[in-house]
This record gives sequence, C-alpha cells and structure tokens, in this order.
Amino acid sequence: MKSRKLKTTFLGVLGVAFAATAFANIASAATELTVYTAVEAEDLKKYAKRFNEDHPDIKINWVRDSTGIVTAKLLAEKENPQADVVWGLAATSLMLLGEEGMLEPYSPNGVEKLDPKFRDKNNPTTWTGMDAWVASICYNTVEAEKAGLPVPTSWKDLTKPVYKNQVIMPNPNSSGTGFLDVSSWLQLFGEEGGWQYMDQLHDNIARYTHSGSKPCKLAAAGEIPIGISFAFRAAKSKAQGAPLEIIIPTEGVGWDMEATAIIKGSKNMEAAKTLVDWSITKKANEMYNEGYAVVAYPGVAKPVEHFPPQVGSAMIDNDFAWAAKNRDRILKEWQERYDSKSEAKN
Amino acid sequence: MTDQAVSELKSRAIRPKLSRDDWVMRGFILAIGAWLVVTLLLPLYSMLSKSLESKDGAFVGLGNYIEYFSTPALFYSINNSFFIAIVSTLITISLATVFAFILARSCIPGKAVFKGIALLPLLAPSLLPGISFVYLFGRQGVLKGLLGDYSIYGPIGIVMGEVFYTFPHALMILIAAFSIADARMYEAAVALRTSRIRTFFTVTLPGIKYGLISAIFVVFTLVITDFGIPKVIGGQYNVLATDIYKQVIGQQNFEMGAVVSVVLLIPAILAFAVDRFVQRKQVAMLTARAVPYEPKPHALLDKIFFVYCLIISLMIVGIIGMAGFASFVSFWPYNLELSLKNYNFDLMDGGGWSSFYNSLKMAAYTAVFGTIVIFTGAYMVEKANGFKIVRGIIQFLCMIPMAVPGMVLGLAYIFFFNSPSNPLGFIYGTMPILVIVTIAHFYTVSHLTAMTALKQIDPEFETVSASLKVPFFRTFLRVTVPVCMPAILDISIYLFVNAMTTVSAVIFLYSSDTTLASVAALNMDDAGDVAPAAAMCMVIVATSATVRVLHALLTRGLSRRTQAWRQR
Repeated sequence: MKSRKLKTTFLGVLGVAFAATAFANIASAATELTVYTAVEAEDLKKYAKRFNEDHPDIKINWVRDSTGIVTAKLLAEKENPQADVVWGLAATSLMLLGEEGMLEPYSPNGVEKLDPKFRDKNNPTTWTGMDAWVASICYNTVEAEKAGLPVPTSWKDLTKPVYKNQVIMPNPNSSGTGFLDVSSWLQLFGEEGGWQYMDQLHDNIARYTHSGSKPCKLAAAGEIPIGISFAFRAAKSKAQGAPLEIIIPTEGVGWDMEATAIIKGSKNMEAAKTLVDWSITKKANEMYNEGYAVVAYPGVAKPVEHFPPQVGSAMIDNDFAWAAKNRDRILKEWQERYDSKSEAKN
Repeated sequence: MTDQAVSELKSRAIRPKLSRDDWVMRGFILAIGAWLVVTLLLPLYSMLSKSLESKDGAFVGLGNYIEYFSTPALFYSINNSFFIAIVSTLITISLATVFAFILARSCIPGKAVFKGIALLPLLAPSLLPGISFVYLFGRQGVLKGLLGDYSIYGPIGIVMGEVFYTFPHALMILIAAFSIADARMYEAAVALRTSRIRTFFTVTLPGIKYGLISAIFVVFTLVITDFGIPKVIGGQYNVLATDIYKQVIGQQNFEMGAVVSVVLLIPAILAFAVDRFVQRKQVAMLTARAVPYEPKPHALLDKIFFVYCLIISLMIVGIIGMAGFASFVSFWPYNLELSLKNYNFDLMDGGGWSSFYNSLKMAAYTAVFGTIVIFTGAYMVEKANGFKIVRGIIQFLCMIPMAVPGMVLGLAYIFFFNSPSNPLGFIYGTMPILVIVTIAHFYTVSHLTAMTALKQIDPEFETVSASLKVPFFRTFLRVTVPVCMPAILDISIYLFVNAMTTVSAVIFLYSSDTTLASVAALNMDDAGDVAPAAAMCMVIVATSATVRVLHALLTRGLSRRTQAWRQR
C-alpha cells in the first residue's frame, strides 16, 4: 500500500474535478441489474423489452461486447464482480468462470424442461443454455463462380487442391469459434486424423483471422470465396444481401451455446434469480428462436429464414469437458504446426 | 564548464530568496509524481506482476518467461514486430520531416490547409484505415492493381496502416521542433556564404535533433505496441501486440499476456535512455536574445514543396474519403446504391447517438484536465531547481504509457481500481475512470510536446524573473504559458481527438451509462455492419475536424496576442 496521504490528495483532486459526474451515476430507483452479454446489440433492446413485459420492476443495464472481451473483463473483475447476471455468453466461457468459482449455483424454475445438452450437469446448475451457435461454411456464390470453385459439401472437400488459398478460418488462439472448429475436427476425425485433416486444410488456407465472425464477413464482402465461421453470422449477412450459401458439412459441425448464469456475490440476488428464471421460459426460447435455429427448450424451434434446416441434426455430440481439459495442449500443438509459419500468402 | 559554474554560482547565490518558490514547485512535482504513480504505475504493477504468477496466483518466478521464450513462434513475432516498426518508422519519419520542414520553413500557399489535412489521420479511429484499405486494395478493391500480386492482408497492409496512423504524431513533434529557430544563425550562415544544403545540415538539423529523436521513438513505440491495425489488416502476420491479444482475449491467459507486455516495455526503456542522453546535450534554442526565423520565398523550391504536400494530402484525403464513401454504400461490393440509412445509429449497436454524446463529453474532460495536468507537470519537471532524482523518475514515468498497449492498460485499471481494497474503487464504471485512463494512455506524446516547447525557452527568463523577485507562477502564467500557447493548444486538441477515437483501453472500462462512439463503431464492424461502422467513424472524424477548425481559429486569435513577438 502506498502512503495514505497520496491517496487522500488524489481523492481530493478527483472529488473536485469529477464529483458531479460521479454522483449522478449513483442515484437510482427501481431494482437495476447489471447484465454482461455478448448477444448482438440489436437484439438487446428486444430481450429487455420482452423481459419487462413480465417484470416491469427490474431494469436491465447492459454491458455488451464481443465474447473474448466480456470473458476477459469478467475474469479480471473476479475480486470484486460488477455484473449481477451474464445473459448470453458462450457456455465454454461460463464453464471457465465456473471453474474460478465465480458462478452462483442456482437451478432456475423449470430447468428440468430444458434439453439436457443445454444445461449444466451439476445440481444445482450453475449455467443454463439459451441457443446453439453452430459452425458452418460461408460460401460466396459470385466469387466462387468467378474462381471456378465447386460447392463444397463436407469438411474433407475443403482440403481439395482446387480450394488452394480460397479458404479463411479463425485462429483458434484468438477466437473461440476457431477453437470450436479445431476441437470438433479432433472429435470427428480422432486425434491423429484431426491433425492430418488440418495439415491438409492448412495448405488451402489463405490466412487465419483473429475474430470468429470475420471469415464469414470477408466471404460476404467478396474478399474470399469461402469462410469457415458460424451459421448465425452467415444468415445475418445473407439477410443483408450478401450472395452467400450457408453450408453445413456432412460430417457434422461443432457448436457452442449461448448461456446464462448468476455471478456469485450479486447484491441483487432476488432480481437476478427472477431474470434467470425468465430466461429459460418457453417465451424466452421463442424469442431466441427468432435469430437462432436451435434453442434449449425442446419443441419450440421453428425454422429460421436463411438458416439451413438440417442444422440441429448436424450438431456433433460435443464433449465440452474434454475440449476444456485439452484446450491448452491443443492450442499449443496448433500454434507449433501452423502459427509459426507467419509469412502471409496472397 | 564555465557556464555551468556560473549558473551554479547564480543559483547558489539566489537560492535562499527562492526557497518558498522551490517548496511550492516541489509540492507540485510530488503531486504530479503521485498522480502518475496512482494512474499509471500501481495499475501497471497490478497487471504486470501477474507475469510472475501462475494461473492460480502462486508466485512462479520467471517460469512464465522461460515458457514463453521457449516457444519458437515468439521469435517470428519479435522479428516481425521489429521489421514492421523499423520500416514504418523510416517511412513515416522521412515523410514527416520533409512535410514539417516545408510547413515551418517555406512560403508555399495553403500551409494551414496542408497542416489540417496532414493531421486528419489523428481524428480517425484505427478501424477507418482498416475499412478503407480493404475497399481500396482488397480483392474487390478499386486500386487492387497497384499491389500487383501482393496481398494487402499482411506486412504491406500493416506498414501502410501504421504510416497513416503515426504520420501526424511525428508531424506534431517535428513542427514544434522546426517552428522555433533563431534567425541570427541563418543570418550568420548567409553572411558567411554557406550553401543552403550546408546550412540545412549544420544549422537546421542540429536544431531539430531533439524533436527528431523524440519523433523517431514515438513512432517506433507506437507501431510496436499497436494491435488495432495488425489485427484488422495483418492477416496471420504475427506481431508481439497481437500475441498479447491472443493471450488475453483469445485465451484469457492474463499471465502470458503480462509476459509479452513486459517484453514490449523494453523498447520504451531504450527510448528513455536515448532520450536522456540526447537531452543532456540539448541547449536552449531560443535564448532570451533570439530573433525569430521568418522564411523567405524561393520560386522553384516552393513549387516542389507544394507538389510534395499536395501528393501526401491527396493520399490522406483518399483514404478517409474511401471510408466516407463506404458509409453511404448499401452493401459493398454487391449493392453500391447510396443511402443515408447507415447514419441512423439509434437503430444499431452500441447505444446509438448517446454513445456519441458520451464520447464528446469524455473527450472534452480529457482535453481540459489532461492539458492542465500534463503541461504543469512538464513545466515543473523542466524548470524546477534540484530534486533531480524525483524529476528523473517522473520523466521516466512519462515515457511508459507510450510503451503500454491500451489493452494492457485497460485490464490493469480493472485489476487496480476494481480491487475491493482500493479506496478509489468508487470511480470504477464511471466517466472519470475513462477520462483518467485516457489521459494516462496519451501522456507521453503530450508530455514530449510540452517538453519540446519548454526546452526551447531560455532558462534565463526564470533567472531574470527570480532576480526581479517575481514569483515563479507569475512567470509561468505571464511568460511560459503565452509563449507555449501553440503547444498547449496542440496538446489539448491531441488529447481531445485521441479521446474521441481510442478503443483499446476504454473497451474494458465503459459501463452501460458510458458507452462510447469509438467502441460502438468497432462493435458494429464486428457485427458485420461495416457501412454503419464507417458512418460512425466519419461522424467522429467530422466532429474532431470541427473542433480542430475552431481550435485553429482560436490559435490564430491567440497567436496574434501571444505570438506577436515572433514577428519583427
């Protein structure tokens, strides 16, 4: 600890300078929940509005950013958590927070109605799933035609020489989506077969990106014919007018889910529980279904525009525990094989 | 030697009478020191100390470093980082030195416009060149042919982006260095029939040496710590800064992120050492008897200079213009219909227009408080007597922010200010913490600008005031501040525009009431809404440009009042 005097002086200076702003933020009325999320920003207003239809007395203050930033922020705040609830963050991130003992064990009312895949195995549960977030291939029909590329239908297709330098995927060291792809290939093709597959795929990769949605955005903008990304992003770009085909490879696809949890030590525990209870209701799942084809509540999902219909059945039996346990080893191996070779290819 | 002896004698002789001033100045120095310790050193310590810890917080000594240095990928990153930094620095410094020279020492028309354009990249979020370069040089790019078989996604793109981004930083320092010159030196050169070229090498260059070296290290360190451009346009070309991103954001491995951050501090320590070394040799350019230099027209040279400035300005305008165009396009490149809908931010990500107002507020606070803190600090460090060690430490602290990637600073603020044992915890999640982190983040260049201006003022002003028993603060307010007014305004505008565009540190610190426009732009781009992201960037550029124009008008008004002494 530095001398107290310095801090007092500092406090004084700050106090004079910023008092007005600082205190304006403290004043509040109804129960307010600080909710961290990685859900698309345009959906947040809708989520809060639907929730407030049933619970007008709880105000949600969103803090939204990309999955990596939100996860890093939550972990960095571990000593003094600021969030009450996390609503809409990758389940793998929540598992990480769970390991750090940051999640409040709480089985929301009606948790047993959810598909078992979409909830924590522990009782009481620490997190519950919302919707699935499925890997897929974004295929730009216009650019593919220009380059004379056939439509790939499987992961293995992507290793054909015709696709040389026509494929982009996320770097698993930077992006959760990238890790999702890698871990799913290792599960699909076995440890040895998986690496062999990636060796071949690596020859066709134009470059690896740092963000999981980027490959699909690049495909949508015609910067590359084929981007390995996830279906939700692809459907969105397609709706905006991109000439995209969303391909679900026949071998099956890796997936993660968006999930919800209460942060341990929340000062608004009652309101937090109310929100989490609501987040697994049928009504909430119908809301998730407006953007995502596969949701946690069985029997709710209706086909979503631009989403390939077979997406639910193509999801592999993803072993999250295995992926989490082997993450460091897989990333290290991946880096040694593909990342050291950093010359940019064109 | 004798000079030193004389000045020592002088200060010894008058010290007793100055003691009250000395105490006040020392008080200020300690306050600035305390500010830097609390807003910079302690937060960084809370982050960087993790480099010696395992994931569960146990002390592991240099274990993480050993693990890191045994990864082969590291050497590629170090190589790449240095390669990019050296190439970008060479290009930026050469371009900026000539540009600054022309603006300060020639008679071409339209200097104000050229300067305005040259500083435009400062006003742009780093996302903007990313978007522009893809539209210009990507697979669908309108100028793709210029790159031949090379891809923009890699070292070429990074260097182009870094030159665009660091050019104004270098220019600011170099213009400050060029603009104070003693005309008597040039008159002497003319009288001795020295050739123009010889004069350039024997009078002009030595005169800007300090500024030039500062500029080189500022650019070098900015490039080596920047992760925004390599992340957006660098493809898989690994550099140290993106390695931090991978560790911290990709894998939530704060310990390894801290290790890479410490490695990145090395160039800064080097910069500091060189800076100290050069500074010791710097003599005041503007002695109390100096006569300001006034450029004279030269028909041919001025034409060449004009064309040079025109070309550089066109390139800058082209890059920003491309993003402007992008902001009106419905869906690049398949639907080029133009529309205004991308400017309807309330329908989109990141808090809509309220983010913009927050940014505006944050930038204004940062400019006002930051300028006061930084300029006063620089003055005290430069002009106080004695207290050498403390001043040296402060000087060193001022160099650190430059070497710290914003991402690291942002996380460091979480660890430090959000700790339950921190009595300052109440500022976490508020506007003040955003202001404070932004001041800390952009401290170095502002400090260097202030120092460059202050160094050029002869200490005789202080000595004379002192012997006339004028308290130092009166000299400070009546002489120093007016003389340095251009630099002070430059610092405030620099802080303002950077606060408008900064992302990397504040992205960890904003709350639901303090969302920011620059972060909103980044998130829109992340969500695939490139055109609205470009639109938000353009709103930021336009705002900062408006503020700049107001600033230019103000500077002109003030110059008339405070800089009249420069004319004969």
